[in-house]
Amino acid sequence: MVATTETINQVKTTTDKYKYGFSTEIEVDKAPKGLNEDIIRFISQKKDEPKWMLDWRLEAFKKWKRMEKPNWAKVSFPDIDFQDIYYYAAPKSKKKLNSLDEVDPELLKTYEKLGIPLNEQKMLAGVAVDAVFDSVSVATTFREKLSEVGVIFCPISEAIINHPDLVKKYIGSVVPVTDNYYTALNSAVFTDGSFVYIPKGVKCPMELSTYFRINEKNTGQFERTLIIAEDEGYVSYLEGCTAPQRDENQLHAAVVELVAMNKSQIKYSTVQNWYPGDEKGKGGIYNFVTKRGKCLGENSKISWTQVETGSSITWKYPSCILMGDNSIGEFYSVAITNNAQQADTGTKMIHIGKNTKSTIISKGISAGKSQNTYRGQVQIQKSAYNARNFTQCDSLLIGDTCSAHTVPYINQHVSNAKVEHEATTSKISEEQLFYCMQRGLDAEQATSMIVNGFCKEVMKELPMEFAVEAQKLIGISLEGSVG
Amino acid sequence: MPILEIKNAELSIDNKKILKGLSLSVNEGETHAIMGPNGSGKSTLSYMLAGRDGYELDNGSITFDNIDLTLLSPDERSNLGLFLAFQYPVELPGVSSTNFLREIFNSRKKYLGENELSHLDFIKYLRKVAENLSIKDEMLKRYVNFGFSGGEKKRFEILQMALLNPKISVLDETDSGLDVDALKIVSEGVNNLKDKKNAVVVITHYQRLLDYIKPDIVHIMSDGKIIKSGDADLALYVEKNGYSEILNEKS
Repeated sequence: MVATTETINQVKTTTDKYKYGFSTEIEVDKAPKGLNEDIIRFISQKKDEPKWMLDWRLEAFKKWKRMEKPNWAKVSFPDIDFQDIYYYAAPKSKKKLNSLDEVDPELLKTYEKLGIPLNEQKMLAGVAVDAVFDSVSVATTFREKLSEVGVIFCPISEAIINHPDLVKKYIGSVVPVTDNYYTALNSAVFTDGSFVYIPKGVKCPMELSTYFRINEKNTGQFERTLIIAEDEGYVSYLEGCTAPQRDENQLHAAVVELVAMNKSQIKYSTVQNWYPGDEKGKGGIYNFVTKRGKCLGENSKISWTQVETGSSITWKYPSCILMGDNSIGEFYSVAITNNAQQADTGTKMIHIGKNTKSTIISKGISAGKSQNTYRGQVQIQKSAYNARNFTQCDSLLIGDTCSAHTVPYINQHVSNAKVEHEATTSKISEEQLFYCMQRGLDAEQATSMIVNGFCKEVMKELPMEFAVEAQKLIGISLEGSVG
Repeated sequence: MPILEIKNAELSIDNKKILKGLSLSVNEGETHAIMGPNGSGKSTLSYMLAGRDGYELDNGSITFDNIDLTLLSPDERSNLGLFLAFQYPVELPGVSSTNFLREIFNSRKKYLGENELSHLDFIKYLRKVAENLSIKDEMLKRYVNFGFSGGEKKRFEILQMALLNPKISVLDETDSGLDVDALKIVSEGVNNLKDKKNAVVVITHYQRLLDYIKPDIVHIMSDGKIIKSGDADLALYVEKNGYSEILNEKS
């Protein structure tokens, strides 16, 4: 039918979208390739870190050397040579562009499709910002507003120097150094990340976004984030952005730790749109992340919401340890894979306290030749009297060359706990597409609409400003998947 | 001048011939009714017109305003002004009815080169149109066709028809599953949209819908062909005597 040439063109634009992805010339201050104690000392020194931090890193390195790479996930990729990676590459300065005219038009097209305002486009593309929108001054205003209420929001490298007691107390307390191969590696070589501290009784007056953090750009491939909410504190944190993210580092192994005290609440939202590689997956980012939150206090709550559309390989399980009685853990996830992308993602809910509750809503969408796996664990420990879990995993397939898998693990050690698991797999129905198209929507609009409907329960958990862009992102990620 | 012209349409599904040389010509301002027993190919005809995947012609031609329809995708046909009210409207879980309607409305406006309506203006306009079909706000907040009753689904189809203002509307068994009150509302909705420039093709099993939507021409379809055409009295005749007599007459 007519759609064929259109589809070919669309596939072409989608795959060409990242054509210029790695062309930005960045002057870097690099340490030699490879990993040894000297490199770690070098990183620590560059950051003017105190001795305890260096010791912690070296200890992690020692342990990492004895560990083995995990291979249980349903992803396949060539073996990584860890001695062939740069572990320290601080960009000196990014080449500033004078106007949007100098920016790759394909990138601008994507920005436009996402509905990103012009000034933000400039910021994202690295165009020197004018007086109307000075990112530094905006960030400064933000900081002032935050410090008025006592919220600390800064790069973790700064926190290590300015708030050592807090960092020392909590770093590694949720995700132990030896939790897995990549957490040990991250602990040894992490370069930067965010630090957030919400004092007792404070409701953070704004959404905290990595976007507005000073020195946010180029935190590198081993990001480390730590968020602490004291009693009755509240914070909503946004990570990433919908605009395509490029990075010359293929391997990303971040660690995120959240600590929630009595009656506090942490809401952590992620939109991940890293380079997925070409149609064969070549050159895409490996995203091996460990994210975990600890509901330490009673009646505390941690919610993870994620929209994952990028990366060639995603290996990610944002989890909650529900220690405090009546604490609540939530996981809302949309994972989209297209072309040769592979995603193995899910969550772990560990119920320890009484009356703890967890909710898992996972929506996996697979297109092209991609692999999309939900892997989740619900563990009800003996102490978790009256614990409750509800899990719903829905998979949607587009085309017949992709696949979706659901791997739930349930360990229940209490008789009065209630664990519910629902899973569905459906194909995007030809009937639904035809219905929408009969009303004049083209195949892409129709798919985007149906898929967004499928993800509704998760999308409504996203903060407003994120949700609108994320909705469009879903459409863009699936471009060329229907014909 | 005919808006729609089908000539000797032949179509098979899974190697089974369903349409066997069907011809139909619909002029501006006309209302046609196509009646026939189960399995005569009525729904196939509607899918063929709308361009559903798998319903491509083996032989014959369809033109719409002198444009060859067979080469166009369903959305392109819709943009030209062809509307199909589904016999079984499809559920779209998670897709809010209001958003869906705004999307299709603005997409049509865009195609016609007219101004799209802002969210607020659209809501105002939608309320007015919906009211005429006794559709309450509450229904528009639900997901498209999701958990709608039979009657609600059919009214929602006519609401879309009203918003898109098509040149030709094919109503596939729109009367099925409707009680008399709902039938009146739906028929009134269709009649209000009717003018000298557009056309309606009503596909139905029973004559009762034709009491409300008066056809100019009635066609009897059997075994993939139109075997008899006449005025509104033909429908009354079928109602009284059943299809068998006409079918026998032919064989």
